[in-house]
Amino acid sequence: MMVADLIFYMFAAVTALAAVGVISSRNQVHSVLFLILTFFSTAALFVLLGAEFLAVLLVMVYMGAVAVLFMFVVMMLDMDVTDVRQQAINHLPMGLAVGLVILVELVVVLSHSHATHTETTAQPVSNTLAIGRALYTQYLYPFELASLILLVALVGAVVLTLRERRSAPKRQDIGQQLARTRAEAVEYVQRQPGEGA
Amino acid sequence: MASPLPDIKLVLLLPEIGLSLLAMTLLLMSAWLGKESRGRIATWAIAGIALVAFAMVSLSSGVPPSTTLGGHFIDDQLARFMKLLLLVATAFPLLMAGDFLRQHALESGEYFVLSLFSLLGAMTMVSAGSFLVLYLGLELMSLPIYVLAAYQRDQLRSSEAGLKYFVLGSLASGILLYGISLVYGATGTTVIHDVATILKAADHVSPVAVMGAAFVVIGISFKVAAAPFHMWAPDVYEGAPTPVTAFIAIMPKIAAFSAFFRVLFEGFATLQGHWGPMLQVMAVISLAVGSLGAIAQSNIKRLLAYSSIGHVGFLLIGLITDNALGRQGVLFYLAIYIFMSLGAFCLVLVLNKGGVGDEIQNYAGLAKERPLLAFLMAVFMFSMAGIPPLGGFIAKLYVLMAAVHAGMITLAVIAVLFSAIGAFYYLRIVKIIYFDPTCEPFAVKVGLSHQLVLLISALVVLGTGLFPGRLLAWTQATVQSFL
Repeated sequence: MMVADLIFYMFAAVTALAAVGVISSRNQVHSVLFLILTFFSTAALFVLLGAEFLAVLLVMVYMGAVAVLFMFVVMMLDMDVTDVRQQAINHLPMGLAVGLVILVELVVVLSHSHATHTETTAQPVSNTLAIGRALYTQYLYPFELASLILLVALVGAVVLTLRERRSAPKRQDIGQQLARTRAEAVEYVQRQPGEGA
Repeated sequence: MASPLPDIKLVLLLPEIGLSLLAMTLLLMSAWLGKESRGRIATWAIAGIALVAFAMVSLSSGVPPSTTLGGHFIDDQLARFMKLLLLVATAFPLLMAGDFLRQHALESGEYFVLSLFSLLGAMTMVSAGSFLVLYLGLELMSLPIYVLAAYQRDQLRSSEAGLKYFVLGSLASGILLYGISLVYGATGTTVIHDVATILKAADHVSPVAVMGAAFVVIGISFKVAAAPFHMWAPDVYEGAPTPVTAFIAIMPKIAAFSAFFRVLFEGFATLQGHWGPMLQVMAVISLAVGSLGAIAQSNIKRLLAYSSIGHVGFLLIGLITDNALGRQGVLFYLAIYIFMSLGAFCLVLVLNKGGVGDEIQNYAGLAKERPLLAFLMAVFMFSMAGIPPLGGFIAKLYVLMAAVHAGMITLAVIAVLFSAIGAFYYLRIVKIIYFDPTCEPFAVKVGLSHQLVLLISALVVLGTGLFPGRLLAWTQATVQSFL
């Protein structure tokens, strides 16, 4: 067995175990930490494939931004997971069945794949360059569409969460204060002793 | 060694570019302008849609069909026909929305911006030349709709509708994407035309491609609420604000059926033996759920949701026949369905104003108080039931004729039977309106924009029933150029 294979199996095992950790750990903060580990091991797998650009992207975007956001949300929301956990256990057999079917399908796909492997260019280019070229030529239209989807997500999030103030903030109005007269501010009430207000 | 740019003919994309510019301009305007002038954004949005429709018709007349951007974008007769339907299906719900938003103090420019982006996504789907663009168009269409369904966020039912639609819609997107990845695994391409070529050239049908096709069909079926993928429809229709319900009921269906045309008749044409039976089962279940499920409903919006599931059953039959008549039937049915639903939902919206709820029983005695509104409701209900001489009858007739031509007598008989069962609950509404005693007075005022929507919908439903010739000729020309 070659060293590269060994390294691959190591990272693959860590990825799978960390993914299990994400959904099985009792503490949500631990879940997020396991998620980060999953991302990192996947990034390592990309490096082994020679796709260093994707690896860097995964580390920067998912570990740098998404995981931090997750951590933020998890720490802000104090969720009670016992109920969810019970439900998850109830749904476990069905989930396992679905997962098994998907696994079988993936095996079928891999054994029947007609896709040709990476085309060998005359002059090897770095994969950052290759991705950039494909993205801005052949996939220009989908790329532009994706930007619109992001815009919509932004607008939608604001529409659903932004609350406008029902009333204007209270501020001191000196003119109004000075215009108040004694007659409208103070009232003289005659009360008998022992009756109360 | 620069990689070659794909052929770019931006002139074909003018409607899409115009719409996205309009949407972004309105977004900026709604942020910039004060609260008072937000009403004007509605006018701008509808005027913009009308302008795009006009430009599309005048620019595209006589232009031969072509593709651009590396096969990702298709411009043909089918796309133009469907885009016109989409523009109508967006403009009319927006017309209905203006008054509604003002009354519920929800007025904001974002409502119109989101609707426009959704329209843009649907138009992208209609013109999609590759599975990748199909998926992106679907997402661009759906995301704003999830937000719109939850637009009355102070109301629990609206938020629930939005969340439910979002979760199930995301699941459907996932299934579609999984199907696309399987198809890519089997053929090595996402361009629909190339997928068709590769599948045709293969000496045996690869199981992976079949599985991929099945997942793609299921993913799209979610969007048209075909049974058994309809669970979300009644709750979402009921909970969403009524103008949004009208939008959800018609707009995604047009886009999704265009996607069916592209995917089934072009991409997976060689797999007809596989998706045909699948759609047959779905059609029969949809008809059954549509007609039997509606009987127990007391809320008109839920009832219309089940009714739309039944209509989808008919539309699916048109697809299965796989002949020109069936395809023409689908296009005709879609066009009529838009106006029937618009009319019905507009009436629901109008009648809800003066304290009358959405319960069917609340409409009792409508005929004595507002005979014209009652007559319109009867027209739309009869048309949905497929009673001559209304548009809905011709639409059902064509689909059934196509089924008989294709030798699917059993399917046609089943469709007629369920249609007869369905007629029961449409007639029940008419009976309540005309013969039940009034319970409370109808203090409703019909605004100008609602009058316009009702008038045009009624005219189209009546007109296509009496003189279907022009629409038939148009749909026929569209189908022939697609073959």
